[in-house]
Amino acid sequence: MASYDALRAEFEAFAAEQIAPFADEWDRNGAVPESAIRAMAEAGFLGLSIPEEFGGRGLDQRGVMLLNMAVGEACSSMRSLLTVHLALVSETIARWGTPEQKTRLLPDLASGRKIAAFALSEPLTGSDAKNVHTRYVRDGDRYRLTGRKKWTTFGQRADLFLVVADGEEGVCAFLLDRSKAGKSLLLGPLDGMLGTRASLVAEMEMSGCAVDERDVLGRRGLGFLQIVNTALDNGRFSVAAGCVGIARAALRAAAQHANTREQFGSKLRDFQLIRRRAAAIALDARTAALLCEDAAALRDGGSPKAIMRTAMAKYHASAAANRAADHAVQIHGALGCHESSPVQRYFRDARVMEIIEGSTEMQELLIGEQAIKNPDLIID
Amino acid sequence: MTANDNDQLKSDIRDYFKSNMGKDARFADGDDIFADGLVNSLFALQLVTFLEDSFKITVENDDLDLQNFRSVDAIADFVGRKRNNSAA
Repeated sequence: MASYDALRAEFEAFAAEQIAPFADEWDRNGAVPESAIRAMAEAGFLGLSIPEEFGGRGLDQRGVMLLNMAVGEACSSMRSLLTVHLALVSETIARWGTPEQKTRLLPDLASGRKIAAFALSEPLTGSDAKNVHTRYVRDGDRYRLTGRKKWTTFGQRADLFLVVADGEEGVCAFLLDRSKAGKSLLLGPLDGMLGTRASLVAEMEMSGCAVDERDVLGRRGLGFLQIVNTALDNGRFSVAAGCVGIARAALRAAAQHANTREQFGSKLRDFQLIRRRAAAIALDARTAALLCEDAAALRDGGSPKAIMRTAMAKYHASAAANRAADHAVQIHGALGCHESSPVQRYFRDARVMEIIEGSTEMQELLIGEQAIKNPDLIID
Repeated sequence: MTANDNDQLKSDIRDYFKSNMGKDARFADGDDIFADGLVNSLFALQLVTFLEDSFKITVENDDLDLQNFRSVDAIADFVGRKRNNSAA
């Protein structure tokens, strides 16, 4: 494996050349183009952490972190593809899929020939994720799914959906192939998002979508406990690292503006109140990165502490990205409120990060419960 | 696995349960920790990682029967079986 420095250089060069120059345009258009998704696939990013035997690059979580940081700095909409396709679905199949599922599905996912999305949220189900209303029923050696999913990131583009549904065997996770669903699956664009506007968010309506028995992921009845929890843990890590990218982008933009803009006959950098904001962004960017590095090391070491430290990283990094983007907008003044500056995009994208993959409030409950029960688990 | 090994195994599992439920948590080796509501839903995943990390076993899809994880006794039996299978 290449050194982490070499990986970081590779990821940052890709993001600087192939993503960042176009991110504002994609945001305005409400879609990342197919050519950009292909470029991510050709670089091997869509299978970065998938084992090499299934066509991935076989990198560890530290590598995943570096990629999310680099792409997140350039464009949170594109970075969201890494969360849903790689973290939520592909890594979860790699962890809990049957040998047949891994052999059949992972090569296409790792190469990006197929794009995956995660269908958990519903019109009436958000943080109370166990309470899914989408239902499945047995139909011979198949299952049929009926219900509505909402806020499905990259759902407009996805070929494969990990759908969570409830039924007589308890909550199950299903791998729904779009090409086989026909008219039983209706997908509509969900435009008008505040942030990550280019991430091709969809609404789904399933009317008896057929899924083969072999496409149940994980144990029947453990769809939430086993699959959703694994997926969201992977997703939280991806989002946390992406938030470091937003904070870094905010810092670079703020520094660039403070070094060039003049008011009252001086550069903004000479005003102490501007420096205070710059210091706040710098601290948030760095502390968020350190918590991500901590989580990455625990995840790569197979530590049971990894889940909690990942939640802590996500909690802090998403709030840090919001604060950083807020400071960057304020330093930019009116320019920061206009689409000609990317800081308004950072501000809108950061806001989404405190909601997805477990809201800030859900992370607080989780971390707080653990902190009271066993402070050592948090401290050590 | 000797009786001493089994005792140590159960002791390690008890310690891990307490670290997640709080040091004052009271439970017997046969108590069903999931039914008693002593743990949250993420604990199941943490427990799997703990078992893999501490006892050098691999928990696979087919192992994820809650009966294997409900109590200290059940987990000790499960780990013992996994070790015996990998040694065979």
